[in-house]
Amino acid sequence: MTRTRSLTLGALGFFAFLGLWEALPAFNIVPASVLPPPSALPNAFWREVTSGIWFAGLLTSLRNYLSGLAIGSVLGVALGVATGMSVTLESFLSWVVRILRPIPGLAWVPFAILWFGIDPAAAIFIITTGVFWICYFAALGSVRAVDRDLIEVADAFGFRSAHQKLIKVILPAAAPGILIGLRTALGQAWMAVVASEIFGVPGLGQRMMQASNLLASDIVVIYMATMAALYGLIDTSFVMLQSWVLRWKR
Amino acid sequence: MISLRGVGLTFARDGEQTEVLRDLDLDVAPGRFITVLGPSGVGKSTLLRVIAGLLPPSAGEAKVNARAEGFRLPVALVFQDARLLPWRTVLTNVGFGLEHGKIGQSERHDKARAALALVGMPGFEKRYPHEMSGGQRQRVALARALAVDPDILLMDEPFAAVDALTRESLQDELVRIHATTHKTVIFVTHSITEAVYLADEVIAITGKPGRLAASIPIDTPRPRRRDDPDNQPLIARLRAILGEEDSA
Repeated sequence: MTRTRSLTLGALGFFAFLGLWEALPAFNIVPASVLPPPSALPNAFWREVTSGIWFAGLLTSLRNYLSGLAIGSVLGVALGVATGMSVTLESFLSWVVRILRPIPGLAWVPFAILWFGIDPAAAIFIITTGVFWICYFAALGSVRAVDRDLIEVADAFGFRSAHQKLIKVILPAAAPGILIGLRTALGQAWMAVVASEIFGVPGLGQRMMQASNLLASDIVVIYMATMAALYGLIDTSFVMLQSWVLRWKR
Repeated sequence: MISLRGVGLTFARDGEQTEVLRDLDLDVAPGRFITVLGPSGVGKSTLLRVIAGLLPPSAGEAKVNARAEGFRLPVALVFQDARLLPWRTVLTNVGFGLEHGKIGQSERHDKARAALALVGMPGFEKRYPHEMSGGQRQRVALARALAVDPDILLMDEPFAAVDALTRESLQDELVRIHATTHKTVIFVTHSITEAVYLADEVIAITGKPGRLAASIPIDTPRPRRRDDPDNQPLIARLRAILGEEDSA
């Protein structure tokens, strides 16, 4: 199939989807209060933007997202790398990990509210927990999989301390695996953001729930689209960063 | 100057003791080219690691007198499988051993370029290891070892994984580099003809645990011929010492 042909087909499918969506409420097959037609969305979006609510929600959610992501990934990668390099530490932590790891991220919500209240800190805590485990296991696995022969090269050229081996060989060799873990964490963290905001923490998710309670379904769609666009943007940027960092892999 | 006296090496793994080398005496004068022959698993690589200071001997004494001043490392290793760091370019791979903070980046790059020129690889600075052939990677690995200007060059079957023609040209490069730099070379190989072609002295290690079975000086003047008929009795003798298993 040629490129133009597949592009045309893709566009055709997209507009068919929009048309069907528009038709369902227009012919009253589904009431517009339950399924807002796409033609109503630009107007709704404009109202949310001009009132300033959209941008405020976006900033709050992004702040929670990035804070949780930063804390969770730094702690997860650091502990994962340390555990991957030290058998002693791995044995020491093995039982604790076995107990804590199976707890689903959202099962922490009651404690998050108990400890932090309905507050951004609670959202950040939930995001951090989810991101932490993903990064921890990605780092642990990648460090353990580093080719022993390359570590011997570090030894042979006088880099004998654990710190030197970490910088010269282990971290760069483990980077591809750690980055894959980080990318998974990017998506996981968005889910945690939305979930914690649905529980009442301010942000895009909270505004979405308010709109839903008021049956303002067009506004709900605006926030769904906003989250999708943000996630898409962040994921695409990350993939670009990733391929730049790993440019040696061609 | 390398001096091994009664060197033995025993590995302990999962509560089991494996004796790899026993009672090895070896003296190597500076600038000598020594090749080490022996069947697989006899401890040739282990011997190199003892000389490199990567493994302390379990018995005896290993003295290695080599200078380590400024950026120089006393000893450098070349491995069979090149072992370049895949995330680094050729230039930064070659400069790897110079990253001890004693010299700046531009000087490091100059030394790396000089080492690349020495092994016949100028112009490859920006390549990544996966963009090169096995023979080219092995030249880069040799350059990485030469860049730290070691007194002693330890080579662990460095040409075993390349095709026959590349192997011969790498051997000739090494002979030329040895003649100009006067480094001490300890070269482990499976190939008797390679050992005899390259060395000032061939040593053979056999048995389990490995012991020194023979130490034979090669006085054939250089440049040498691979098919020198004068070497045939020596090759036959080494073949007999090593058993028929390594007749390459």
